[in-house]
Amino acid sequence: MKPDVRDSARYEKFSRRAAILSLGTLGVFGGLAARLYGLQVVSSDQFKELAEANRINRRILPPQRGRVFDRFGVELAINRQNLQVQLIPEGIRDLEGTLDRVGKFIEISEERRDRILKEISRRKRFLPVTLAENLTWEEFARINAYAPKLPGVQPNAGELRYYPYADRLAHVLGYVAKPSEQDVQDNDGDPLLMVPGFRIGKSGLERTFDDDLRGKAGTKHVVVNAVGREIKEHSREDGEPGKDAVLTLDMGLQDFAYDRLNGESGGVVVMDVTNGDILAIAQSPAFDPNEFTTGLSQKSWDALRTNEMNPLVNKALQGQYAPGSTFKIITALAALESGLINPNEHFYCNGKTRLGRREFHCWKKEGHGSMNLRNGLKNSCNVYFYEVARKIGMEPITAMAERFGLGAVHDFGIPGGKAGLVPSEGWKQAVQGGRWSAGDTFNCSIGQGYLLATPIQLAVMISRLASGGRKVEPRLLRALGDDFQGQGEAFDTMGLTPKWVDLVTEGVIAVVNEPGGTAFGKRLTGPGLSMAGKTGTVQVRQISREERASGVIKNEDLPWKYRDHGWFVGFGPIDNPRYAVAVLIEHGGGGSSAAAPVAKDVMREVLLRNPSIRPSYGPQGDSALSVSGLSGANGGAS
Amino acid sequence: MSSYTYGETGREVPLWQKFREIDWWLIFLLCAVAAVGFIMLYSTGWDIAKQMRDPSRALTHLTRFSIALVLMFIVALVDVRVWMSLAYPAYAAALILLIGVELFGTVGMGAQRWLLIGPIRVQPSEVMKIALVLSLARYLHGLTVDEVSRIKTLAPAVLMILLPVALIFRQPDLGTALLLLMGGAALLFLAGLSWRIVAVASVLGGVAAGFAWRFLLQDYQKQRVLTALNPDSDPLGAGYHIAQSKIAIGAGGLFGKGFGNGSQSQLNFLPEKHTDFIFTMLAEEWGLIGALTLLVLYLLILFRGLSIAMSSRHHFGRMVSMGVMFTFFLYVAINTAMVMGLIPVVGVPLPLVSYGGTVMMTIMIGMGLVMSVHIHRDIDVPRHSGAFW
Repeated sequence: MKPDVRDSARYEKFSRRAAILSLGTLGVFGGLAARLYGLQVVSSDQFKELAEANRINRRILPPQRGRVFDRFGVELAINRQNLQVQLIPEGIRDLEGTLDRVGKFIEISEERRDRILKEISRRKRFLPVTLAENLTWEEFARINAYAPKLPGVQPNAGELRYYPYADRLAHVLGYVAKPSEQDVQDNDGDPLLMVPGFRIGKSGLERTFDDDLRGKAGTKHVVVNAVGREIKEHSREDGEPGKDAVLTLDMGLQDFAYDRLNGESGGVVVMDVTNGDILAIAQSPAFDPNEFTTGLSQKSWDALRTNEMNPLVNKALQGQYAPGSTFKIITALAALESGLINPNEHFYCNGKTRLGRREFHCWKKEGHGSMNLRNGLKNSCNVYFYEVARKIGMEPITAMAERFGLGAVHDFGIPGGKAGLVPSEGWKQAVQGGRWSAGDTFNCSIGQGYLLATPIQLAVMISRLASGGRKVEPRLLRALGDDFQGQGEAFDTMGLTPKWVDLVTEGVIAVVNEPGGTAFGKRLTGPGLSMAGKTGTVQVRQISREERASGVIKNEDLPWKYRDHGWFVGFGPIDNPRYAVAVLIEHGGGGSSAAAPVAKDVMREVLLRNPSIRPSYGPQGDSALSVSGLSGANGGAS
Repeated sequence: MSSYTYGETGREVPLWQKFREIDWWLIFLLCAVAAVGFIMLYSTGWDIAKQMRDPSRALTHLTRFSIALVLMFIVALVDVRVWMSLAYPAYAAALILLIGVELFGTVGMGAQRWLLIGPIRVQPSEVMKIALVLSLARYLHGLTVDEVSRIKTLAPAVLMILLPVALIFRQPDLGTALLLLMGGAALLFLAGLSWRIVAVASVLGGVAAGFAWRFLLQDYQKQRVLTALNPDSDPLGAGYHIAQSKIAIGAGGLFGKGFGNGSQSQLNFLPEKHTDFIFTMLAEEWGLIGALTLLVLYLLILFRGLSIAMSSRHHFGRMVSMGVMFTFFLYVAINTAMVMGLIPVVGVPLPLVSYGGTVMMTIMIGMGLVMSVHIHRDIDVPRHSGAFW
């Protein structure tokens, strides 16, 4: 090395400075190496975990909801494909921009947009949020094509509950809907409930058997890339699909009953008196549960709420009405069982009777003349039952009513059933505050006054009579999953005196089948066709003395909500009763004119269909069809 | 050091001798670093979803490096005095290009950086990196130690630095501006700038930085600085890249996850993994061992540069060699410190490893100049002779 001599001063200076700079450089490299050591050795485990959390995403596999069938395997509630678009908030950096871009392919209203933004702010960032659902194939295909350019946007083919019979079964099946905050809390924050598009049973059978129908969620761990797109499956734990349910209903009969109601406000219950199977439980008007599942518009909701026919109320279980003359069956049996009344004892009906200073009227102004028990039932003579009540008092009537299932909720799966009311002397004291009067007993003896009953209760009542005094309980569920509830065993007898039961049965046969009976015009004729029954007419207004004097205003001349309720309870065939029917027509006019014709047609239909003896569907083993063979594979919906 | 001499005055060196004098060690080290780049870019070509590999980036990298290597040889074989005589014209040309970019430049990534001249896309700030080192070296070659610290003679050098820095800052390209500023300052320091001036400049620099923060920096630049200070504060916002980069590096551990197995990189949690964040990918897939190996390779290159500078008989050569090497060092330090979350995100690639042709050409031309200094280290270049002829 021979530096220029003239340059030596510069060279020395340069050498020193270069040494300083090099040391600085070395120092920087030392710092970089130290940082690498810190990241890759000291804190490495922590970063490894973070990297793994980045890479692996847990996805919940919602189980396929169990389907619901009628007794012959007709699909009542199924799952249909639901094309939807979901957002995974953690994969999106520019939320507004993403919504704008998605908005070019499918319409997102301002309202919906606000709701989505709110939902995203509330939920954990890794949980997907449903942006739109029930898309058409065309919309779905468009979104699918552009999804790779829209990070965090996930097209998804999920499933949605569908009720093919819509309002015809609304009050039986109920509906499913998105879980509320409260539902999530009640389920201990089950992440399944937070899966977008997941729905739980909110009413009806969907709610009662929600746990069974819902099934068990599976989980899947997937490797995702930075924008949350699934790269491959890492591991999977399959869930269990929900159990299928088979009901006792005969959908054909249900359809018939619904149509026969013809839009009138009312309900029809048809039961098998031998095993309590509910074959039809129709009500009108109702609502379309599919609308509730997809989200009801405010307008539809208001329309349902303000409808004076109360489509939201389950009339068969929750509608409580005075049973009217149908209750005379109870009064008659109470009288006979009490031993205080001889069935051949006659009372004279001249159209009214007196109790102290009060007058109690028969529905037939000119009176029925001399009546024994059988004719009292056949003609539905009020005065006869007033006289009976005068003799036996309230207590045996209350007891008999309770034995026939009145005043109690029959729990067969549909939630919200009402108990009705069977008053007693003690009840009045406690609730109304006042002494029980003989007048109260008079009113109750003909099914008025404080008495309240639901259509299902009256169906059970007439079933118990038709079965010869057995403790019939209604049932709606035949099978749940592989658990078959049995064909139904004969019910225990209630311990009534058979000859009295036969006598009252004879009376209600006479009502329909003997000239002069209140429903003689509605009798069934034809091979194997016959029906017995009892009508009931319930006043919903007070008839004043003046009006009674000048002639009671006819139902047709009154506004709808002041018209009488019409009842009919009956069974058939008369020689070997199998089917019981209860019909209520709200504000329909009299029992014989409004309810009995419906009951007659429904009874003819059920006798012709004879659903109880036809081969049914389910896992009972004696059928060619098996539920397990039909239950769906584990849902791939997510 | 070496036993040969080609004449005391050494006016000419025969071509065959130049070949003999090529620093094969330096070539080897450069090739080794470029090979690391090739391997990493080959790894980025793996599409985990499609289970397919696209080697095109790695191959392009290889092609570019080969071309750059040839270019380096050509530059190396040209007499260092030719480069010296071209220093000022090159600087003037680069400055004109920078002004051109200011007026007609193409906006890319929110900044004006490119100039289209016919079919060729020129990035004037890259040209300036070479030109500034050359012209500063030439100017300082003509100054005595005393003159370096004298305002009258120092001022042209300072102006020579600040002019392009200001233009590049305006583009805005904060990273390159700082690179030039620090590179220039280092040359002044090496030339013997008195400690007094160094101190005053440091204070002034601090004040200027504060002023720049208040009035000159764009929001995204400020955000980057703030993010670097606390990358975890907003993991999905501005700090996302840094946070993900740290996770990737940390998850690599001592030995790494293996070639093509870096989940952070392969699943795109890492941004710009083939350019600015390629060091992160290396650290994830090859661990501390791999990352340190690369840093040692860089260090050896710098050491070669230092010894070439020290063995140069002429000041111009020392300055050029140190200038190029210091710029090289700044690239490495800024890039690696950035991906490790030590400094703000600045768009500075990792030399010879990151994908990109422009910076590779700049660096290899620079290395060619260093090599030229090495080959022509014994040539006598008088202080007042600025040119070869």
